[in-house]
Amino acid sequence: MPKTATSTIEALSQQGYEAGFITDVEQDMAPPGLDESTVRFISAKKGEPEWLLEWRLKAFRYWQEMVEPDWANIHYPAIDYQSIIYYAAPKGVDDRPKSLDEVDPEIRRTYERLGIPLEEQLVLAGVAVDAVFDSVSVATTYRAKLAEKGIIFCSFSEAVREHPELVRQYLGSVVPPTDNFFAALNSAVFSDGSFVFIPKGVKCPMDLSTYFRINARNTGQFERTLIVAEEGAEVSYLEGCTAPMRDENQLHAAVVELVALDDASIKYSTVQNWYPGDAEGVGGVYNFVTKRGLCRGKRSKISWTQVETGSSITWKYPGCILLGDDSIGEFYSVAVSRLRQQADTGTKMIHIGKNTRSTVISKGISAGHGQNTYRGMVKIMKGADGARNFSQCDSMLIGDQCGAHTFPYIDVQNPSARMEHEATTSKVGEDQIFYCQQRGLGEEEALGVIVNGFCREVFRELPMEFAVEAQKLLEISLEGSVG
Amino acid sequence: MKPIIQIENLHAGIDGVEILRGIDLTVMPGEVHAIMGPNGSGKSTLAQVLAGREDYEVSAGSVTYQGIDLLELSPEDRAREGVFLAFQYPVEIPGVSNTYFLRAALNAIRKHRGEPELGTVDFINLIKRKIQLMQMDESLVKRALNEGFSGGEKKRNEIFHMAVLEPTLAILDETDSGLDIDALRTVAEGVNRLRAESRGFLVITHYQRLLNYIVPDIVHVMVGGRIVRSGGKELALELEERGYADFETELAAAAAPAG
Repeated sequence: MPKTATSTIEALSQQGYEAGFITDVEQDMAPPGLDESTVRFISAKKGEPEWLLEWRLKAFRYWQEMVEPDWANIHYPAIDYQSIIYYAAPKGVDDRPKSLDEVDPEIRRTYERLGIPLEEQLVLAGVAVDAVFDSVSVATTYRAKLAEKGIIFCSFSEAVREHPELVRQYLGSVVPPTDNFFAALNSAVFSDGSFVFIPKGVKCPMDLSTYFRINARNTGQFERTLIVAEEGAEVSYLEGCTAPMRDENQLHAAVVELVALDDASIKYSTVQNWYPGDAEGVGGVYNFVTKRGLCRGKRSKISWTQVETGSSITWKYPGCILLGDDSIGEFYSVAVSRLRQQADTGTKMIHIGKNTRSTVISKGISAGHGQNTYRGMVKIMKGADGARNFSQCDSMLIGDQCGAHTFPYIDVQNPSARMEHEATTSKVGEDQIFYCQQRGLGEEEALGVIVNGFCREVFRELPMEFAVEAQKLLEISLEGSVG
Repeated sequence: MKPIIQIENLHAGIDGVEILRGIDLTVMPGEVHAIMGPNGSGKSTLAQVLAGREDYEVSAGSVTYQGIDLLELSPEDRAREGVFLAFQYPVEIPGVSNTYFLRAALNAIRKHRGEPELGTVDFINLIKRKIQLMQMDESLVKRALNEGFSGGEKKRNEIFHMAVLEPTLAILDETDSGLDIDALRTVAEGVNRLRAESRGFLVITHYQRLLNYIVPDIVHVMVGGRIVRSGGKELALELEERGYADFETELAAAAAPAG
């Protein structure tokens, strides 16, 4: 007899982690635990200037006084901050695989299924690319091309060394170290990350992707990203965590700061697929991330697009502070919670300038025993004459063991504001799956079609190649046959 | 000539309640069969069982489709083998374009037959031909699948799907219900264009009026989960005059203890 749609739904909600693997690379590590000496150790390892060490220490001292937030709709055992290793780096190029042949075939299959080009596969797998072919020069070519236009795109550590004045000017200017518990922790112990600077009037000629930054794979679980777009500058930044990170530690607390000056535009896209834990909720990444953009200039624009399928706990609210008049903030999100995953995610749109506009499109998908919470704040300050917001929060339930929750916070202090909020919850019905099957689609294909349709408004915001990757990722993560 | 489908003594039900109580029905290539009957007689159940809806349990009997045991196949394999059901209530799938969906469906069927997938250009050309053939509104084809379609638009879209997928056996489950006379005529004309020597139709309807437009070869009257009478197209007209009441009374009498 034919399989039932229910059995597919059950199967997909229990399926394993496609991208799970362990790499055995010798690490250069700090001992577990966190005190001032850990902060000093990290800073010294990176050869940082005194002011940055002081900045870290200040953050650390502040963090010690803070209490971990407990308002989110997520439940997890207390994190022991003294058992975590705060600094780990692979020892050297010599330890890396010499060619793709040495890379775990499982990893390669994952890459292939995700459609990641060979060149990127090499970088992601940590292959010492120069030994295979001239990918290093590929990366160098990119950097040279960018440098011609005055664009800086490098690791955070490098930026601290090469462009200290820029880092000092903007670091913490959007997410101050005191912002919240996890941001303070990150400020104290961040290991590396990305730095992007687009000078006045320059439109970045290509999407900047972490794939193209050779040392991206070395960034720790406390990475820090800072992107500055000067007047009239434009950039699209892709943060790909589609492939597994090497990090085996549980806690991931990143900070991303974006600054857009007059007429500047920043588009920040994320596809996140960290280890979600197993069907019983054992293991998985705790993802506590602070992402915020400051539309400092007039007519500036910051757009966040995220596709989140990984992590056992997600706590993340990429937001925009719309300070400049006529500035625009956007948030497009797909968040999937399956297995025992819990996601509490959404956005904050703070309207300060006149005629500021924001758009929020959130798509939450829950399967298995997943719990998906949308938490979004739209705040219209007194001076924000003519502010406009449109929010749409849609939830989709697959199976009957999961949950979807919506917590919108709306605070309007200016009577000229126009607010729209729409929310829907739908269930993938056996009727829909049967209809697709009756037209010849398999059950999994049917589910893929239905879910992709649900997420379409978000996927179309992603850069083309990323959108394809995101769709495939979603299909893989909801596939029943894998587990 | 081999039958397209041969149903023998089919018993099926849901949640332990038997609805189909021994259906016998054979459709030969090129034939259009109409199944008529009052509400609750099991007409739609028959359609769902043939399409493979899992909620229904087959307790006895057999269904042979082009020489194979249809009941052993999954719903998608039945579709790929050429069984098409035009739904009484077509489902909305938000965000999925009708065209994209049809292409996925057609290619799944082609793959099953060992044919190469249709490329974008070939597919668009095919869709254009079918739009013309079926006199479809082009905007319906581009919109999300059934999303915000009116009742009539949904039904027309079902017939459009049928035109593109070119099934061997087409089952129309109360395709006429909820249609005004103009929509009814359009849908019927669409079906008539698809009548072919190699294709069989099972047209399920409550009312005779659809059969003014789709003229059947054989009409079956279904009451209480059984086909109580079969005949030519004139049987539909007879039903129109007499209604189903006589059949129901006959059935009740037959079921009553002899005495």
